[in-house]
Amino acid sequence: MYVKRERSPSLPPPRSEAGVVGWLRANLFSSWPNALMTLAGLALLLYSLPPFLKWAVIDANWLGDSREGCLPPLGDAAGACWVFIKVRLGLLMYGFYPEAERWRIDLAGILLAAAGGQLVAGSLLRAATGRGRRLTGLFPLAGVLLSLALFGILPGLVACAYLAAPDILARARPGRLLLGLAHRPQLHLAARLGLAAGAGAALALGFGAAGQGLAVALSLLAASLIFIALGAYGQSAASVRFSLLLGVYPVICYALLLGGGLDLPLVDTDNWGGLFLTLVIAGVGIATSLPVGILLALGRRSRMPVIKALSVSFIEFIRGVPLISVLFMASVMLPLTLPAGMHVNKLLRALVGVSLFYSAYMAEVVRGGLQAIPRGQYEAAEALGLRYWRVMRLVILPQALRLVIPGITNTFLGLLKDTTLVAVINLMDILGILKSALADTRWLGFTKEAYVFAGVVFWVICFGLSRYSMLLEKRLKPGRN
Amino acid sequence: MTDPARARLPQRSLLTDPVVRAVIIQIAVFALVAGVLAFAAVNTAENLKRAGIASGFGFFNQVAGFDVSQSLVEYSRASTYGRVFLVGLLNTLLVSSVSIVVATVLGFAVGLLRLSGNWLVSRMAAVYVEILRNVPLLLQILFWYIAILNPLPGPRQAMSLFDTIFLCNRGLIIPWPVFLPGSWLVLVAFLLALAGGAGLVLWARRRQRLTGKRFPAYVSSLGLIILLPLVALAAAGFPIRWDLPELSGFNFAGGLTLQPEFTALVLALSLYTAAFIAENVRAGIEAVDKGQIEAAHSLGLRPAPTMRLVVVPQALRVIIPPLTSQHLTLVKNSSLAVVIGYPDLVSVFAGTTLNQTGQAVEIIAITMLVYLTISLAISLFMNWYNARVAILER
Amino acid sequence: MAIPDDPIIRIRHVNKWYGQFHVLKDINLTVGRGERVVICGPSGSGKSTLIRCVNRLETHQKGTISVDGIELTDDLKRIDRVRREVGMLFQNFNLFPHLTVMENCILAPVWVRRMPLLEARELAMQYLTRVRIPDQADKYPGQLSGGQQQRVAIARCLCMSPKIMLFDEPTSALDPEMIKEVLDVMVDLAGSGMTMVCVTHEMGFAREVADRVIFMDGGEILEENTPEAFFSAPQSERARLFLGQILSHAQMGARTNPD
Repeated sequence: MYVKRERSPSLPPPRSEAGVVGWLRANLFSSWPNALMTLAGLALLLYSLPPFLKWAVIDANWLGDSREGCLPPLGDAAGACWVFIKVRLGLLMYGFYPEAERWRIDLAGILLAAAGGQLVAGSLLRAATGRGRRLTGLFPLAGVLLSLALFGILPGLVACAYLAAPDILARARPGRLLLGLAHRPQLHLAARLGLAAGAGAALALGFGAAGQGLAVALSLLAASLIFIALGAYGQSAASVRFSLLLGVYPVICYALLLGGGLDLPLVDTDNWGGLFLTLVIAGVGIATSLPVGILLALGRRSRMPVIKALSVSFIEFIRGVPLISVLFMASVMLPLTLPAGMHVNKLLRALVGVSLFYSAYMAEVVRGGLQAIPRGQYEAAEALGLRYWRVMRLVILPQALRLVIPGITNTFLGLLKDTTLVAVINLMDILGILKSALADTRWLGFTKEAYVFAGVVFWVICFGLSRYSMLLEKRLKPGRN
Repeated sequence: MTDPARARLPQRSLLTDPVVRAVIIQIAVFALVAGVLAFAAVNTAENLKRAGIASGFGFFNQVAGFDVSQSLVEYSRASTYGRVFLVGLLNTLLVSSVSIVVATVLGFAVGLLRLSGNWLVSRMAAVYVEILRNVPLLLQILFWYIAILNPLPGPRQAMSLFDTIFLCNRGLIIPWPVFLPGSWLVLVAFLLALAGGAGLVLWARRRQRLTGKRFPAYVSSLGLIILLPLVALAAAGFPIRWDLPELSGFNFAGGLTLQPEFTALVLALSLYTAAFIAENVRAGIEAVDKGQIEAAHSLGLRPAPTMRLVVVPQALRVIIPPLTSQHLTLVKNSSLAVVIGYPDLVSVFAGTTLNQTGQAVEIIAITMLVYLTISLAISLFMNWYNARVAILER
Repeated sequence: MAIPDDPIIRIRHVNKWYGQFHVLKDINLTVGRGERVVICGPSGSGKSTLIRCVNRLETHQKGTISVDGIELTDDLKRIDRVRREVGMLFQNFNLFPHLTVMENCILAPVWVRRMPLLEARELAMQYLTRVRIPDQADKYPGQLSGGQQQRVAIARCLCMSPKIMLFDEPTSALDPEMIKEVLDVMVDLAGSGMTMVCVTHEMGFAREVADRVIFMDGGEILEENTPEAFFSAPQSERARLFLGQILSHAQMGARTNPD
């Protein structure tokens, strides 16, 4: 028999296990092959990194605004010529959007950054205290102040209205009134739809009579605003913000960026370009391919043979061919399929191609999520008396989509990177601009700078997004409060 | 005591009968899709008639009249569009298969390094993956082609590696074997060695079954396969020689010239795809439960057999499906060749041929069909493989 | 502290750290040939870590462990020798899912002991019969119940004819009705004179089979006694508390499961 009466204290580990030496031994030099690998790695680093840094930073030329800034008397020919990029930064960001009108893109960007930033910060600080929540309020505040300072009173007011709307609507009366009148959800929805459509139609007629080019956009804006406003009461401000971002922001952007009325000169999409165009295509692409993808995924799992067959053949067809052939089809064949005299804008064609292509990939991602939901969830939801669409919308899809966040992000990153392919059908995205810039006889030979710059831009966006999605995935793990 | 509301519930109604509903919905959707397609077809026919383009596949026999920079089969300006199609298809298959091999080897290497216990090496592998997969492939193709390969000096100032491999603006020039008469002896020796190696492995297995004694069959048959052809080579008086590239005048003579377009495309496709394959490999190996390794160790298995008998078979089941789909994606991505003028299927057929003939519908349909066929073949292989290796569960 | 006449495992002043965390504090333990030792204690007490050090699945940083006269160091030959003589059972079985039951059993005899395949098969069949599942030999682990899987794992160990068997909570991932079928096999094994070190909470098993019970908490051995003495009169406060919890849980289990 043995009994120990006193407890022994915890001791620190022996010296060789801890500290820098211990770490080096364990991680870099634990064995002979390991040490060799370390040395090989170091050699590769020393061989590649210093020359690159010397070219890109140390010997690089930043000053001046002409080619001379990069040549011997003024600059160093051995270094990168970032002047080349600096001179064209505007083109690379905005394309041929008139310089006087570029503030419209900036305003759209600020609105997105403020509303989106608040949502993103909110999603990461979900469990945060009141202080964290107040911090997220800094985004809209900064957005409004920035718009006021940069663009003047009117744009500032628009920004203020848009950014403050969620908090106001979430507490506003009209929604509550309607809820009281029609407390059955179906009636409520019908009333919202009806009122919104009515207002939209009335406005369209009124504006149309006034001959405004923006008529459709503004009527749409009013209709979606009314629809969201009437349903907003009792919702959280974040969810209203999300609906506004999906339903109202695109219409604002459409009106603001295209213009053609309200003192906003028309800027044809032929002049859109640069990173701005890339983001437009990526934004429209994700906003259409996700919902269409969800429908296709549901269709593929449907018990109705016709629906299933149609969905499967669409998905498999699209996934079997390269995007470039779909883009060719959209740019060459789509005009052929329309009645004579009907034209489709080049950008719209690219958008249709990209969205259709990626909706097939989204469908497969979503299907993976749907398959991962256990049968019991469907059964439990049906046992509660929910019909098909309710089961999907309220029980299955929220879980399934949460499961496939990594897949959705990957697909979106693929989409973002593949927007570069529109350069092949002659749209002026960042690569298109670079191509024309490299053909400029005054600036021949700065190809490395051009592609390294574009690469860095894409890398920052894609890497940032993938890290955000990893964070979000961690936050949303089921079973976490 | 019946509740009046309940009594009013119909026994059966057209509107609430699920079967009727399903039929109505399906008819409606089908009609909509068919309608849109019919509308498009009618318009297309009309538009083509107006443009004076005769539909059909007659253009396959017309003379193409343009040059193609690289071809695996005989081709000239006088060849037909049908020949152009073949040239493009073969070029697509060539660039895809070379890139698939390089990407897979590199991807496995990077994926394994990523898992290595060596901090520096695993970080470097991670950096490789994160940089390469977050930059658009098209950009990478253009970078290699326009920014790296095009500005290279001409053949006279070519960069060289031991004076055997040269890199210049004409492309990558590598040594290539030439087969003189007598080469068949080496081939026969190689085949004999293969057969011998297989026999050795079978014999070693049989002996192991019966006596438990082991023989290093794989290593010795590898030695056989290398040595025997070498012996034959020497015996026959070296009928196979390396044709080394050599500068003559303004260009290289001898060796094999890989055009800059081809080189850039292979580089970009394989470096980009390798980043994704590396992630698949890493995920596959990490998917094997640590307990499996512990169990194997506790049974007395050493690290190498543990890897071969326990970890790899399980990891491969996880790795192969995404790996195949990466290969499939690579084949589809090879169509980006069009931006640097590598004469692949999309470039010479859906590009030049389409522009010259205007047969948009036929050409795009055929192009898509080719890619669909390749995808379908790879998917069928995948399904067969998955069914074969599926781990049985209750 | 009891020192058996013919020791097969000697653990002397063993200390182990995970990073800064001191998991094993000056452990001393000797197990005799043919002895059956049960280690119990609350979770996180270091008991699993301790037995995993015995076949070097974990490395200790201070002190010595020797098994059948071989001291464990970094040397691969020594580790090989020890692992050949020591079988281990895991909480979640760790059968190889891509191999059939038979292939699981013959893997180590063929690759480690260099046994002819046919002989290995015969041996495996013999042990599968002993654990009462000879008819499942060609199935895959995924097709078996948890209890059956754990019995296959026992047969897989026995095929190596180990001198010592380590059990790392072999029944805690099992449903109650399957625990018995595994414990029966373990009791049978104990009857055959196998040296056994079991980390388990099955107090019935400990009473019936163990020669000694070891109680661990916070990375150290607090108490060591015969099962009778330990269960009837635990000496330390911590052990009393632990036994109280285990027993009340067992009673609750007994109430809900009438058999």
